[in-house]
Amino acid sequence: MKFVLSEVNLWYNDFQALQNVSMDIKANEVTAFIGPSGCGKSTLIKSLNRMNDLIEGCKITGFIQLDGEDVYGSMDVNLLRKRVGMVFQKPNPFPMSVYDNIAFGPRTHGIKNKRELDEIVEKSLHDAAIWDEVKDRLKKSALGLSGGQQQRLCIARALSVSPDVLLMDEPTSALDPISTGKIEDLVMELKKNYTVIIVTHNMQQATRISDKTAFFLLGEVIEFGDTDQIFSMPRDKRCEDYITGRFG
Amino acid sequence: MVVKMDYIKKQIKRKKTSDWVRFFAMWISVIITVSILLYIVGFILIRGIPHIRPSLFSLTYTTQNQSLFPALVTTIYMVGITLLIAVPFGIFTAIYLVEYASRGSKVVKIIRMTTETLAGIPSIVFGLFGYIFFANWLGWGKSILAGCFTLAIMILPIIMRTTEESLKSIPDAYREGSFSLGAGRLRTVIRVTLPSAMPGVFAGIILSVGRIVGETAALIYTIGSVIKIPESLFSQGRTLALHVLQLAGEGHHRNEAYATAVVLLVVVLSINLLSSFIERKFKNRL
Repeated sequence: MKFVLSEVNLWYNDFQALQNVSMDIKANEVTAFIGPSGCGKSTLIKSLNRMNDLIEGCKITGFIQLDGEDVYGSMDVNLLRKRVGMVFQKPNPFPMSVYDNIAFGPRTHGIKNKRELDEIVEKSLHDAAIWDEVKDRLKKSALGLSGGQQQRLCIARALSVSPDVLLMDEPTSALDPISTGKIEDLVMELKKNYTVIIVTHNMQQATRISDKTAFFLLGEVIEFGDTDQIFSMPRDKRCEDYITGRFG
Repeated sequence: MVVKMDYIKKQIKRKKTSDWVRFFAMWISVIITVSILLYIVGFILIRGIPHIRPSLFSLTYTTQNQSLFPALVTTIYMVGITLLIAVPFGIFTAIYLVEYASRGSKVVKIIRMTTETLAGIPSIVFGLFGYIFFANWLGWGKSILAGCFTLAIMILPIIMRTTEESLKSIPDAYREGSFSLGAGRLRTVIRVTLPSAMPGVFAGIILSVGRIVGETAALIYTIGSVIKIPESLFSQGRTLALHVLQLAGEGHHRNEAYATAVVLLVVVLSINLLSSFIERKFKNRL
């Protein structure tokens, strides 16, 4: 088990965004979170690397364990985020060169050696399947890349600190179908070495790339199981209604 | 259908006239603004340039040569030292307000109110304060240092506000990206947000330089009016603007006053050009 969640409740001030969420997330699998907007998928994914700490009035109870360690316990939050990387909905490369974007993470964690950095940059870009497109423009601004390239650059950036887990919050919602396809292929490739948790609004995407799927509604996990089972014979009526497009 | 076409045609016609009116209003405003600026600059140049002579740039001032050179040097010192005092304070306060303090907290409100008040105080009041506090109470006497601290307090709100605004305009996505890689708050500020905010910071510095170079009221009682190249921070001095004020006020040296004003104009212009050059360097580096 990579992540073990038990009885997780989360409030934004008075609004309860997550209710009694319990689930086990296995290593080297792709887990998809689906559900209508505002149902708590992004909130949950952000609790896994404590990005919710940045939001004022956010309170969380219950346990989230990463490899048996309590995420909200004595763990150093910066080391947690190094282990649990994140890719956001909108590509957010820093306004720096391609190289510096990727080197930012390793430098943060104390790697200064030029040759070591070069290796990490090349490997991360390779792993994110964008090396060939940017190898001649490493010193140029990352903001000049296309949206799809920027998103893969952000994936490379997340990989640069060699995390165990990759959280992806609707990583393809701002991209065209071709870029989306590239990123989906990439996710399939990445799960060999990483645990991937992906929030998506696109149900075909969930069936294409995920091993496990969790269906969220109003802050609760309604159903969680193998993707094949969820999409072929959902046990819960609400889940069935959602995936067949009757609401949401 | 015909009625409709007529209606549309009328609408288009009406739109055309209103477009013309707007076009006219815009151009008239532009012409007025630009011509006022050109008139002032031209007036000073025409009156001043014929009276620029080498002796105005003698190393020492005498009543014969009316040299502006000591004042020029003093002005450059003042700009440098004042910025050295105010810029770090202004930037760090802005960083605290935007990146560290919780939004809408009491401390933030108090700091913001204080700076806004500071920005609205007339400069002569700063001058009197500087005279009483820096020159007398701290015992610095009328000196470059007392003048610089007085000016620093005056430009602090400008630097703070411009830095604050440009930090606020940096998308949170950058911060999130940095945090998600395990970078702490300090590293995020120094490596990601502040560099992106640099153009705004520079704009604030340029505004401040204008304020420093042009200020007289705040300096009359704080740096004195001795016309010599300052030997130390505790020397008295006279900036170009003060020099113009004194020359014009005394009445005997109107021509020299205009000539000095020309030099003052050139100084302001070159400082602005230099800053925008540095700013462009910064932008290109990203």
